[in-house]
Amino acid sequence: MAEIVIKNLRKDFGDFTAVKESSFTIEDGEFFMLLGPSGCGKTTTLRMIAGLELPSSGQIYLDGEEISQRPPSQRDIAFVFQMFALYPHMNVRKNISYPLASQGMKRRDIRAKVAEVSKILGIEHMLDKPVGGLSGGDRQRVALGRAIVREPKAFMMDEPLGALDAEFREHMSEELRALHDRMGATTVYVTHDQLEAMQMGDKIVVMNNAVVEQFGTPSDIYDKPATVFVADFIGSPSMNFMSFDGSVTPGQTQVQIGQQQLDVPQQMEDKNGELILGIRPEHISLTDSGSIRGQVNAIEYLGTTQIVVLETNYGELKARVDSAQPVAVGEQVSVSFNASTITLFDKASGHAIRSSLNDGAFDHV
Amino acid sequence: MSEVILENLSKSFGDEKAVIDMNMTIENGSFVVLLGPTGAGKTTTLRLISGLEAMDTGNISIDGRNVNNETPAQRDVAMVFQQYSLYPHLTVRNNLAFPLRSPILKTPNDEIERKVNEVAETLQISAKLDNKATELSGGEMQRVSIGRALVRDPAIFLMDEPLSSLDARLRADLRIELKRIQSDLGSTLLYVTHDQIEAMTMATHVGVLQEGRLVQFGTPREIYENPNSVYVASRLGLPRINILPAALFQSTQGEAHNIGLRPEHIVYGEGDEASVKRVEHLGDQTRLHLDLNGHAITAISPPGNPHAAGTTVKIKPINPLCFNESGDRIERRSA
Repeated sequence: MAEIVIKNLRKDFGDFTAVKESSFTIEDGEFFMLLGPSGCGKTTTLRMIAGLELPSSGQIYLDGEEISQRPPSQRDIAFVFQMFALYPHMNVRKNISYPLASQGMKRRDIRAKVAEVSKILGIEHMLDKPVGGLSGGDRQRVALGRAIVREPKAFMMDEPLGALDAEFREHMSEELRALHDRMGATTVYVTHDQLEAMQMGDKIVVMNNAVVEQFGTPSDIYDKPATVFVADFIGSPSMNFMSFDGSVTPGQTQVQIGQQQLDVPQQMEDKNGELILGIRPEHISLTDSGSIRGQVNAIEYLGTTQIVVLETNYGELKARVDSAQPVAVGEQVSVSFNASTITLFDKASGHAIRSSLNDGAFDHV
Repeated sequence: MSEVILENLSKSFGDEKAVIDMNMTIENGSFVVLLGPTGAGKTTTLRLISGLEAMDTGNISIDGRNVNNETPAQRDVAMVFQQYSLYPHLTVRNNLAFPLRSPILKTPNDEIERKVNEVAETLQISAKLDNKATELSGGEMQRVSIGRALVRDPAIFLMDEPLSSLDARLRADLRIELKRIQSDLGSTLLYVTHDQIEAMTMATHVGVLQEGRLVQFGTPREIYENPNSVYVASRLGLPRINILPAALFQSTQGEAHNIGLRPEHIVYGEGDEASVKRVEHLGDQTRLHLDLNGHAITAISPPGNPHAAGTTVKIKPINPLCFNESGDRIERRSA
């Protein structure tokens, strides 16, 4: 059980800044995702929490205690790596027992503990097998077992499913999440896969270029992106962006793009110059009488839904519509927007402009 | 451009049967995707067609010509591999021109020039023609290796998971690009993947492989909406189809052994009461992980009707897929 508070955490490697002053709170029992592209600083952040790197400045509180300068062994945190490092000469039981044996626990207690953990993970039948012959998934389960058996305050996981193939990954991510729900231990999980983050996480921190771009629940981050980067990185296909020159003032509920007057959520800031209108594909519908017209350039069939790629006067737009809706490549269609979901961004800073949609969503950043 | 026909194709490696009695027709101009998990026989099929692997029995014909005894070069096929293998010391231009300079093709120089420029244009790498291959990003390298196949105008393109080493964003872009190139050029293409999104979005026809056998062949929509077995039904669809005993629901009792429920096969507010275990907000959809009498069901929440974990919800199957004891698709039996 643990609450982890990160305050102004920073890490420099020589001239290179891996993590700029970052702050966020991981609540007790949360499944917490650190998400971003490679090189964004997410793994460095995780390693600082675990004590594998010392921060250049800033604090890390584990249940109220400042631990940023303590060695890993005094933090009571277990780490699961992408490349599951098992002892190849030991069998499954020995691998899982190892952390307990090295703590000097009695053999009978170890046996009971290993039995309990292997039952949770469904690996009781392979306890006496050598780890060499195990499948990727089973090896990962054993690695998890070795982390769980210590009953640490928190788990750190660095892309633990990264090496597995798509179908199996899907299965293991559900298993991991179910395991977390049974045990309730605080878990910090690093991934570059936005879908994995959305599926598994209670909260997500999105990082880019050493900076925390946004921190919130999956639905907040998806529906109320704080920056263009977040809007683009989360969601597949990503948000549609329409650049335009214009202005907004508080209270305004429409914007002018080219010849079009488009409804938007009530605006709360003054901004003018280069702006971006962002709308998710599922909030664009094909209609007979919408104000924006376009030609269907491509269709991607996805089973339940299909992605319709449109060429319009305002650039390419992707719409996600029901697969039952008939659409053909080459066809001229009109589109309409679900106005209440639109986010406007200031192009220069990349930040979302505050509106009735996202008001309050960025306050804690 | 041409038609490729496989007849009773079989291949074993020792005791292991990799491809079993396969019959398939790849029509001129079609984009056929072979879909299946690791070990289903996808790559072996591709290698048999290319001639990189010799078949045990069967016939392969390309454009009406039996090619059983032809070498890979004589078969006039172009292959793209998962790992781009470019000549690092050559420029992009020379990498693209390389296949055309093969002694078999004997292409004149101005023709090479024209082809390379045309393909570079299509793949949007014209600006990089004079760069060394090593000065490119991963996505650009993979485009060059696809380009090296495209310059050749072969009877059929054979591609073995060409996008799987790329990151998600680039994969999505190249999916659309590849589909567009294929339909613009009218090429015939056989493409191997275990990624269901690639299969659904690019293919004109999907061939589903199971342990060396072709178990269903049809358009993505046919495979998704009308699968002939539990195995095929489970290949396409996110979230994956729920396979449940028909007896689980009052409304489907006695109609089949198992039923398959995709998200669109579930209506809310009537039927049996399930408990909501977990809610996943994925943005474009909200998934509900339900439990009905000990059976896990993954469903998509109706819009604007949020169900929280710990509550219950009534669900009822509507037009489910029906399967018998051995997993084959059957007509709905009347109760």
